[in-house]
Amino acid sequence: MKKFILDLQITHKVQLNKQNVLLKLTSKDLLPEILPGQFAEIRVDKSPTTFLRRPISINFVDIAQNELWLLVQIVGEGTKRMAEMNPGDLLNAIIPLGNTFTIPTDKNAKVVLIGGGVGVAPLYMFGEKLNRMGYKCVFLLGARSQSDLLLLNEFEKIGEVYTTTEDGSHGEKGYVTQHSLLYNPDFNYIYTCGPTPMMKAVASYAAKNEIFCEVSLENMMGCGIGACLCCVTDTTEGNLCVCTEGPVFNINKLKWQI
Amino acid sequence: MANLTTKLGRLQMKNPVMTASGTFGYGTEYSDFMDLSRIGGIIVKGTTLRERQGNQYPRMAETASGMLNAVGLQNKGVNYFIEHIYPTIKDLDTNVIVNVSGSEIDDYVKTAEIINELDKIPGIELNISCPNVKEGGMAFGVSCAAAAKVVSAVRKVYDKELIVKLSPNVTDIAEIAKAVEDAGADSISLINTLLGMAINSKTRKPMLSTITGGLSGPAVKPIALRMVWQVTHAVKVPVVGLGGIMNATDAIEFMLAGATAIQVGTANFIDPAISEKIVEGINDYLDTNNFSSVTEIIGALEI
Ligand SMILES: Cc1cc2nc3c(=O)[nH]c(=O)nc-3n(C[C@H](O)[C@H](O)[C@H](O)COP(=O)(O)OP(=O)(O)OC[C@H]3O[C@@H](n4cnc5c(N)ncnc54)[C@H](O)[C@@H]3O)c2cc1C
Ligand SMILES: Cc1cc2nc3c(=O)[nH]c(=O)nc-3n(C[C@H](O)[C@H](O)[C@H](O)COP(=O)(O)O)c2cc1C
Ligand code: FES
Repeated sequence: MKKFILDLQITHKVQLNKQNVLLKLTSKDLLPEILPGQFAEIRVDKSPTTFLRRPISINFVDIAQNELWLLVQIVGEGTKRMAEMNPGDLLNAIIPLGNTFTIPTDKNAKVVLIGGGVGVAPLYMFGEKLNRMGYKCVFLLGARSQSDLLLLNEFEKIGEVYTTTEDGSHGEKGYVTQHSLLYNPDFNYIYTCGPTPMMKAVASYAAKNEIFCEVSLENMMGCGIGACLCCVTDTTEGNLCVCTEGPVFNINKLKWQI
Repeated sequence: MANLTTKLGRLQMKNPVMTASGTFGYGTEYSDFMDLSRIGGIIVKGTTLRERQGNQYPRMAETASGMLNAVGLQNKGVNYFIEHIYPTIKDLDTNVIVNVSGSEIDDYVKTAEIINELDKIPGIELNISCPNVKEGGMAFGVSCAAAAKVVSAVRKVYDKELIVKLSPNVTDIAEIAKAVEDAGADSISLINTLLGMAINSKTRKPMLSTITGGLSGPAVKPIALRMVWQVTHAVKVPVVGLGGIMNATDAIEFMLAGATAIQVGTANFIDPAISEKIVEGINDYLDTNNFSSVTEIIGALEI
């Protein structure tokens, strides 16, 4: 897919909680085709310490509005600057980058998308697509506490939603992999994105029950376009770049100790 | 429109702007963003005789005005390059130079010998300065005797443009430059990355799997500029300057210090179209300052 360097303009900013904002951005030209799972490399301007671009998942593309959504969690200076931007501001992005999730072959497949924290970002776009294609999606979303559960209302519009919180303030108490939904392992497809320990636990569950499973990795990136070889993950085919061969990988390809 | 053409040893270049090894892939990664034929040359990824998996993740860390990397020369080896990559880049309308690395002299020689047969590769850049491999690599670049030995061995089997890339991790860069010139280098490029380190205080762990790595980006520019200036005064062969070049002004500074050509490295990650913009920027500078040819600014520093 052809990649573009675009100055996107922020149209809306939604403060979801103290740590998370949803930015809606538009382009003066028609946005290029973007697939679920793909990401943007965002240039952080006016920051004395942020030098490299930052990879951020495409959360959703609203074709009718020519809008692209980014869900940003503040973890450091770069994401803080992004979260401080306001409608009207320009954000320079390279899009679309990376691969996409595999669409199940069977329309009646039981699909669960498991997200943790800001890792729900790419799952929303993928779930929305699956829902539109006629798949029935189940979302299992985990967070520390109720206020950290992101876009719950949006997810509820496109599937069945279950939650876990570490403090029990919403849904079941505990981690996603402890949710009762998973007691009966009758899912055919699992897609997951979130903190690495969570994804490893999900991958281990999928491997044990022989369920198809794709994870979306968040390795640190230098370029995002396959030029620097900084973002590699160890796979059955050797070190592969997460930015071009991923971020989505089938767990069978990863050399995770699960 | 000033005349931007220049000669680097045996290489005819349409302009002095090249892209640095390891930061520009094989060039094709950037073709969506810019016209590759607009730049003077592309130095492709570090290539070794046999496939290398490189170092473990994490291989990079951002630092103040720069980054550390410890990629460790991941590549599929020279034969894979010839079979799968060369056909896709040989017809690019620019100088495609292969960056050659090794851990033993014999590796360098064999790799150079194989690349010598490729019609559309007008030169190699001998990387005797990589800080990210345990054996060899930088070891060749930090002693005059070892540097001379590997360069003269390669010179015997390689008859096109032989650029030798120097490490800044030395006490006297001019001495090493003289040694590789005497050993038969056609030109010299510098600097490779500076050995550095970063620590995560929260986890009390090093940021890189290798603990230390190579620093690049604007943080290294003053050092690179000083070294280019020292080397151009020590040798007669042309010098390619690099290290922290982010824009045309930086590039011009390197040329004023004595560089015949320049390379753009880490800057490609922030703006994948920057090398083409630097060509335009140099042209604007020449026009504004009434130079008719880019060669007029080489070493034009007024002291
Ligand atoms: C493909 C991909 C998609 C991503 N999608 C999103 C997204 O949709 N929304 C979002 O908010 N974030 C996303 N991230 C993570 C985001 O890129 C990092 O949080 C961001 O780069 C941190 O930059 P910073 O300057 O704020 O923090 P820094 O100051 O660079 O780092 C602050 C802390 O965050 C940690 N950190 C830095 N980079 C990462 C990383 N890549 N992953 C995990 N921890 C990191 C550091 O170790 C450090 O402790 C994604 C990452 C990748 C690779
Ligand atoms: C990710 C990365 C990989 C690199 N790989 C190589 C390499 O394979 N061979 C080499 O000679 N130099 C390599 N370098 C060094 C650069 O070519 C260049 O010398 C250095 O980065 C300084 O220039 P800069 O500050 O403009 O980046 C690499 C640099 C980076 C950042
Ligand atoms: S981030 Fe540079 S190759 Fe993936």
